[in-house]
Amino acid sequence: MSNAELLAFVSARTLAFCALNLQVRNYLQLNVSLLYWILVAPFTGQFFKIAPIFRQMVFIGVRAAPMVALTAFSVGVTLAMQAAHSLESLGAEMYIPDLVMITLLREMGPVLIAVIVIGRSGSAVAAELGTMKVSEEIEALEVMAINPIQFLVVPRFLSMMVMLPALTIFGNYIGILGGWAVCVSALDFNTAGYVLRALESAETWDLYSGMIKSVVFAWIIITIACNAGLSVEGGAEGVGQATTTAVVQALLAMLVMNAVLTGIFFFAA
Amino acid sequence: MPADSKIIEVAGLVRKFGDRAVLNDISFNVDRGETLVIMGGSGCGKSTLLRHMIGAMKPTSGLVRLFGEEITTLKEREIERIRLRFGMLFQSGALLASLTVGENVALPLLQHTKRSIDEIEDIVKQKLGMVGLTGFENLKPDEISGGMKKRVGLARALALDPELLFSDEPTSGLDPIMTAVIDELTLKLARGRGMTAVVVSHDMTSAFRIATRMIMLGHGGIVAQGTPDEIRASSNPEVQQFIHGEADGPIPLNLSQEEHEHHQHVKPRPFARARGRFHRKTA
Repeated sequence: MSNAELLAFVSARTLAFCALNLQVRNYLQLNVSLLYWILVAPFTGQFFKIAPIFRQMVFIGVRAAPMVALTAFSVGVTLAMQAAHSLESLGAEMYIPDLVMITLLREMGPVLIAVIVIGRSGSAVAAELGTMKVSEEIEALEVMAINPIQFLVVPRFLSMMVMLPALTIFGNYIGILGGWAVCVSALDFNTAGYVLRALESAETWDLYSGMIKSVVFAWIIITIACNAGLSVEGGAEGVGQATTTAVVQALLAMLVMNAVLTGIFFFAA
Repeated sequence: MPADSKIIEVAGLVRKFGDRAVLNDISFNVDRGETLVIMGGSGCGKSTLLRHMIGAMKPTSGLVRLFGEEITTLKEREIERIRLRFGMLFQSGALLASLTVGENVALPLLQHTKRSIDEIEDIVKQKLGMVGLTGFENLKPDEISGGMKKRVGLARALALDPELLFSDEPTSGLDPIMTAVIDELTLKLARGRGMTAVVVSHDMTSAFRIATRMIMLGHGGIVAQGTPDEIRASSNPEVQQFIHGEADGPIPLNLSQEEHEHHQHVKPRPFARARGRFHRKTA
């Protein structure tokens, strides 16, 4: 490799690294200004408006409920069937409710519902903000002295932080219902037996750990989606790219964070 | 001349994209009550100049003063304070698609004033009436035409009764009658209320109707400036070609591809995605 080639290679690497570095910095900057607008600005008299938060909550949360219900129900059914298959051979059918309950509360509930919300609301937020960016709407807000973070990102962030845990609780219920459907219709369980067994095995910490996870996921999903939307450049194509980026990055970050949190909660302790 | 009468001061403004200066040493002042029309061929840097004046872009060197305050070095928060004093009409209108026409016009009032909802509704009605759109409050921006969007954009820019109005091509895409209505509105606000206006325009009929002073940009600099009469009488062949809209003349017709890309600011830049921050472009 000649000197010039080497130099070109090194400088290309450096550029790529700087670009990545800038992206990370932009993301951190978004988080910092978000915290500023939520925690500090209200004390300086710039309180965020409540109505848009509820509007976003309907969009992010309420409208996602049917999809979440369907997903959670299928997961509950699947878990019960798999558990029945494995545990029957050990003669331990009585532990099926335990398995369904704990798996749902700790892992499947928070993760799968986050996946649904990423696909549905994360992509929609990225696309919406991206479209606003390319059609000069964000610039128009700035020129009107309206901060886009305060006006657009804060309501989406707060509603996500409330609605993802709420959806997770809702999904957990439906999932347990799915397990019940299998146990009662196809196995030798009655409703009381299923409920008692499930409640006996699960601890409140199982629920809490799942809730903590879903709060962290909510943070990851909405900040990545908003960041992707607000950094769009170059028309409709850019919006499409940003939407894909938002979904892929949020999924990866969420799954990695799930492994980390499971490690902290159940493995290291 | 008292310092107060100078609303805008641009001095030695240079803006480079890469190593090409799109704006090269631009200096001019705008006095209170003036209507300045900035004209020039597509891609000559008109919009870039406008973006510098509203603080959306930072110059490579030089200074921009609005209301006597140097905006190129101000923090975002301080720029916001100045932005409350001027309105801006974007080329596309830049209405928020998720809000209705009425909500768009009401937005600055809701965000920046403590008026009651009833008062705001009255102001919205009045502003929409000024641009000939009475009764359109409840439509969404995608239900109205491009020219209507632009007029709503103007109503929104005027919502806070600004001392200074920036317009990017206010009359392109409007029919001749609406163009005249918008021009008369600009004139009325300028003469009646002493509003200062900076208008970027290609539309020569409209430009000569509203301007008290004109600047023609070209080659990154100011080709000519003066009153409409001085511009009409200009001996500069480029000016004559432009104001009469002739195909033959000293202004080069075809920009090379590379130059064109520079003009459009879409030259592929290594950091383009990362740098495309929504706050301000600091390329």
